[in-house]
Amino acid sequence: MQRVLKAAMVALWFMLLTLPVLGIGLNTVEHSVVWRLDRIFALGAGIFVLALLWDWCFARKAAGRPLLVLPQGIGMASVLEALRQHPALRHGALGVLGVVMLIMPVVGSFYQTNIMISALLYVMLALGLNIVVGLAGQLVLGYVAFYAIGAYTYGLLNQFLGWGFWACLPVGGILAVLFGLGLGFPVLRLRGDYLAIVTLGFGEIVRLTLQNWTSVTGGPRGISDIPRPGFFGMSMDIAASTTYIYYLVLAAVIITIVVISRLKNSRVGLALQALREDEVACEAMGVDITRVKLSAFALGSCWAGFAGVIFAAKTTYINPSSFTFMESAMILSMVVLGGMGSIAGVVIAAFILILAPEYLRAFSDYRMLLFGAIMVVMMLFRPQGLISGERRKYHISALHGTRGGRS
Amino acid sequence: MIGGQVVVVTGRSVRVWGGMDIQFFIELFFGGLTRGSIYALIALGYTLVYGIIGLINFAHGEVYMLGAFTALLVAGVLGVYGFPAGGILVVAALTAVVWCAAYGYTLEKVAYKPLRGAPRLSPLISAIGMSIFLQNYVLLAQTSDFVPFPNLLPNMDFLELIDYVMGPSDFLILLVSTIAMVALSVFIRFTRMGKAMRATAQNRKMALLLGVNADRIISLTFIIGSALAALGGVLIASHMGQVNFGIGFLAGLKAFTAAVLGGIGSIPGAMVGGLVLGLAESFTTGYFSGNYEDMLAFGILILILIFRPDGILGKATVEKV
Repeated sequence: MQRVLKAAMVALWFMLLTLPVLGIGLNTVEHSVVWRLDRIFALGAGIFVLALLWDWCFARKAAGRPLLVLPQGIGMASVLEALRQHPALRHGALGVLGVVMLIMPVVGSFYQTNIMISALLYVMLALGLNIVVGLAGQLVLGYVAFYAIGAYTYGLLNQFLGWGFWACLPVGGILAVLFGLGLGFPVLRLRGDYLAIVTLGFGEIVRLTLQNWTSVTGGPRGISDIPRPGFFGMSMDIAASTTYIYYLVLAAVIITIVVISRLKNSRVGLALQALREDEVACEAMGVDITRVKLSAFALGSCWAGFAGVIFAAKTTYINPSSFTFMESAMILSMVVLGGMGSIAGVVIAAFILILAPEYLRAFSDYRMLLFGAIMVVMMLFRPQGLISGERRKYHISALHGTRGGRS
Repeated sequence: MIGGQVVVVTGRSVRVWGGMDIQFFIELFFGGLTRGSIYALIALGYTLVYGIIGLINFAHGEVYMLGAFTALLVAGVLGVYGFPAGGILVVAALTAVVWCAAYGYTLEKVAYKPLRGAPRLSPLISAIGMSIFLQNYVLLAQTSDFVPFPNLLPNMDFLELIDYVMGPSDFLILLVSTIAMVALSVFIRFTRMGKAMRATAQNRKMALLLGVNADRIISLTFIIGSALAALGGVLIASHMGQVNFGIGFLAGLKAFTAAVLGGIGSIPGAMVGGLVLGLAESFTTGYFSGNYEDMLAFGILILILIFRPDGILGKATVEKV
């Protein structure tokens, strides 16, 4: 009973709180006021339920029990466990997924192929950011700047020098890496929230430069008529070239996944994870912090550069408004939602966040609102994300067998 | 610069000057002060919160935006119902301040309080989420367009003499923000609550041991910071004449720059930082080009964080293991 009363109080509080912004409809032209009390009452009812749920969730959390108990064998963890233990099942699932992805542009419509391309581009971006944020624990908020650098590399080199897509792809990646190093070098000393703010400032500076340097970048109008990638000089109509770009992005994503999963357990990858866990301890263990941090920045930014070049080729038109902070926040929320450091989680999250609003048109207005709410709720109840990035475990069975080494 | 002449766009008017004379300099100076005092008002919120719980309250700019919006809506409603013009601004501003204080309190309870003791990145990401949420809340509840803010300022005849230096809104901004800052300083310096706040900022555990209710102090910090931000929002909205759901992002970042510039965690630092940033922006706009004023703020932010992260008035801190 007390809980219900408390929830009612909370609902009342929120109704009062939202009264001006949500409840007042002002018509400045006709000079009249519409009181939208229906909204306020609907919100109050919603908050009442949410408050009860909130209380319950925190009670569960305090008791150390999971929020959702799924029946045995259902749910993410058990599926993953099954996939891990049975290689046949894993290969089968991967095969099915691969076939679906391959025939997607053939069976799907032009529209669906286009959506899939942007979803795959975001997968690439999220995986790239995952290296910096998820593996190395360096919160970068201006990641979209590297994406912009890739896109503008292609746009500008094409406009001024007439370079083609394939020549620009590596250049875009390399330039993004150079900018990543250029950003990484001065911020070596910074950590945590200061680093986040500096990278945010960097992202905004890149965008503002693109916007104001009208003579080169075209300013807010951007660059148009960027050619789609060619295939050995073949000319293609829009549908064919979209299909072509789809396979290109798919290949790029697969390469990204392979590289990053190899990276994770490599020497550099382990150093990155050590850096995430504790910077001071990591340095004390003899890891060269400078090199590791710079390689995190370089490795992370190059994928954004590649994705940027492909993005410019896909849309054939770029302008600075595609590279706002909101994009960075969206990519970050993919990493956070998916689980920092987990490749599968980040891929799933990127697909959910891009595809869900496309197929649930009714909710597309609320997309950013939900993003914000999801970021908060994830931090409160499941900071490790959908799939927590698992760590490599060592089984020291040999030592157990021989009663310890030397004694 | 256009043909040897300088076009100055201040909040009030567009003027073309024949050269760079002293009058022009004075105008830029006061324009910078006006701007700077708004930055300072918002920066105080960042600095207070950072001083107490070490969190960059990313959603603080959004509270400022909510303040401007609340004032606009309340002023609109009062205007429609035929409230006397003189009282509208006062009532609207007070409503905005009270409501934003409530928003700040709620924000802390919902998004930050459950995360005490979590790794440092968690509350920051939660704050970014809250910032996105609040922007879109206003976008969906109201509109994505720029909304005109009614002109509510009384005629101030005594300003006629110095008309070229400041208009009524500049005067109001300087007056109100000075009063607010002095009041805050007195509160922090001389009251019991202020003492408790300083103690908590210095050492939270010790303050707890000495019987300071840290939760209440943190709530109080958010309430004060949000109220100041709302005040800044109302002032700037009546100065600029329009409001949009996205104004909080840039203003928040600039105010944060100001807080860092002055030394984050330090109250006089936030004021100094705000004024310095405002003046720097005003002079760049006047003598170079208005296109680069936003870049200037970010450039300063990056340089300060890299070379002197403790700011002008901050104390050097040593990272302990």
